[in-house]
Amino acid sequence: MKEHLLEVRDLRVSFDTYAGEVQAVRGVNFYLDSGETLAIVGESGCGKSVSVQTMMRLLPMPPARLKSGEIIYEGKDIAPLTDKEMENYRGKEFAMIFQDSMTSLNPTMRVGNQMCEGIVRHRKVSKEEARKIAVDMLGQVGIPNPEAAFRRYPHTMSGGQRQRVMIAMALSCNPKILIADEPTTALDVTMQAQILDIMNRLKDIHHTAIILITHDLGVVAQMADRIAVMYAGEIMESGDARQVFYQPSHPYTWGLLGAMPNLIQDVKSQLYTIPGTPPDLYAPPVGCPFAARCEYAMEACLKEEPPEFAVEGGHTSRCWLLDPRAPQVTPPEGIPALKKGGNDHE
Amino acid sequence: MSETLLQVTGLKKYFNVGKKQILKAVDDVSFSIEKGKTLGLVGESGCGKTTVGRTLLRIYEPDGGTILFDGQDISHVSKQKSRELTKKMQMIFQDPYASLNPFFTVGEIVAEGLQIHKICKSRAEERERVNELLTMVGLSKDHANRFPHEFSGGQRQRVGIARALALDPEFIVCDEAISALDVSIQAQVVNMLMEFQRELGLTYLFIAHDLSMVRHIADQTAVMYLGTLVEYGDTNEVYSHPVHPYTQGLLSAVPVADPDYEKTHQRIPMDGEVGSPINPKPGCRFCGRCRKATDICRTETPVLRDMGGGHRAACHNV
Repeated sequence: MKEHLLEVRDLRVSFDTYAGEVQAVRGVNFYLDSGETLAIVGESGCGKSVSVQTMMRLLPMPPARLKSGEIIYEGKDIAPLTDKEMENYRGKEFAMIFQDSMTSLNPTMRVGNQMCEGIVRHRKVSKEEARKIAVDMLGQVGIPNPEAAFRRYPHTMSGGQRQRVMIAMALSCNPKILIADEPTTALDVTMQAQILDIMNRLKDIHHTAIILITHDLGVVAQMADRIAVMYAGEIMESGDARQVFYQPSHPYTWGLLGAMPNLIQDVKSQLYTIPGTPPDLYAPPVGCPFAARCEYAMEACLKEEPPEFAVEGGHTSRCWLLDPRAPQVTPPEGIPALKKGGNDHE
Repeated sequence: MSETLLQVTGLKKYFNVGKKQILKAVDDVSFSIEKGKTLGLVGESGCGKTTVGRTLLRIYEPDGGTILFDGQDISHVSKQKSRELTKKMQMIFQDPYASLNPFFTVGEIVAEGLQIHKICKSRAEERERVNELLTMVGLSKDHANRFPHEFSGGQRQRVGIARALALDPEFIVCDEAISALDVSIQAQVVNMLMEFQRELGLTYLFIAHDLSMVRHIADQTAVMYLGTLVEYGDTNEVYSHPVHPYTQGLLSAVPVADPDYEKTHQRIPMDGEVGSPINPKPGCRFCGRCRKATDICRTETPVLRDMGGGHRAACHNV
């Protein structure tokens, strides 16, 4: 079997709070190959950020607790490593960019100095050389006059510029994996287009694999090679971008796709909605976590958690509807992508 | 012929930001909204769309222009008159966390307007009205005694909608009313807003930066750039045949949830960032980022011209 660059197996993370244990991530499996972009999609609180922050060892433990799981990076399980050992991975092997560029950059340090810190630490170069690398990276992300930007403070820059600085900083140590947690959510569409474009361009130049966390299916369509749809701490459906968009097989994915308004065509019909709200992860429901909101829910869904069913060619879905004993259902109307991709639910 | 509810002509709102600098947040904006229809107002952050909404509701005093509401000039009215107007004009805010008073129960929040305007004759009547409103927005009457922090973002936004509907308004400004919500919750709220519009004949000004959602909900769309309207017309026209280079760039920047479309779709490059609305120079405010800019764009400010069928754009080169 081919070895993946990164493989996460049965990851479970909980937070111990006064009110009890919150099971934020409940058995997540995914892998990443070099040079590809994996998008993790889901609504707030579904555990997508917690999954990758665990990988980066960014969560304060306690209150967070890694209950189980292996994080295999280049054949080695990094989950049991100490915080000290992790420092050789974080920033060097995986780097991260965050949604909020204002709070993730140090406001008291000049942009260039923050960048050089990591470069000197991980690339073992002199300060002079680190400076050259930093200025070069600032140029690569399209900041006009990178020499001057090197000496500026974050608050003197616009949101789009700060996001560029974060990308430059993240890529300055040539990481193998770039984790982007909602990188463009705070930006306007025009700036978003520029930032996504830079990410794609630099990914090709540096052969970086990207884990993109987002709730925007448009961004996913533009960026992703593969998609994992998360809900209530689990991956409900995963597969190639085209499989998930054109032959979605999980009712939650149908709901997400149906809830998106259409920019290209004039459709004044009602948006498809998923009734209710996500379950409380203090006491996750028995059975399928989506069953309470699912219009196709059967008795089995309320009693037993569905296993991962293989749909075809790496496309998997956790839904009892894919069991051979389940009745055949047709997805709801109003999912734009389904119409185009043909119907394989026959 | 349908009736015009709101007619805005040459609306201006300037802010003095010190050192003799004037921030022209809204500069000569004109539009109208028909009764029972929705006008979508889109643009990047800082373009003045929220200021337009707030000036219409007289949260800000306009610095120029007229606002005709139901045929009546409301651009400069007394405090008392403006209080009367709040019965007819309401607002739904973006942030469902900051826009509800954390010390009030949901019932008190919804009832506040009823009390100020002395709508209900008795406590019992008031309670009944609150219950009715909460049921309308999909909450239950038991929720009236709870506090905002006990609710999720989507539920809070429903409380905000119930509060806006309490006084039976004719016109509601939805200022980024759904942008803080998750996709599936957004769809619930938008469907609800559209349903109320059909049932109660409401008129909306729907301010948003989500262009797909505006296409879905709005009958007409106005595109704003740095305090001015650059394009304005029927939603379908503006989206299918955008004429202003800014609208074209903006629409082409929106990612579409369709991988095959994304693979072939050519984005119109629009480099740079929004300029500053402080002491703007004459000429087209977009010319610094425009691919088609010519000399005239730098010297003369373009005005909205009719491109046929009420579709208007402010550009010298179309």
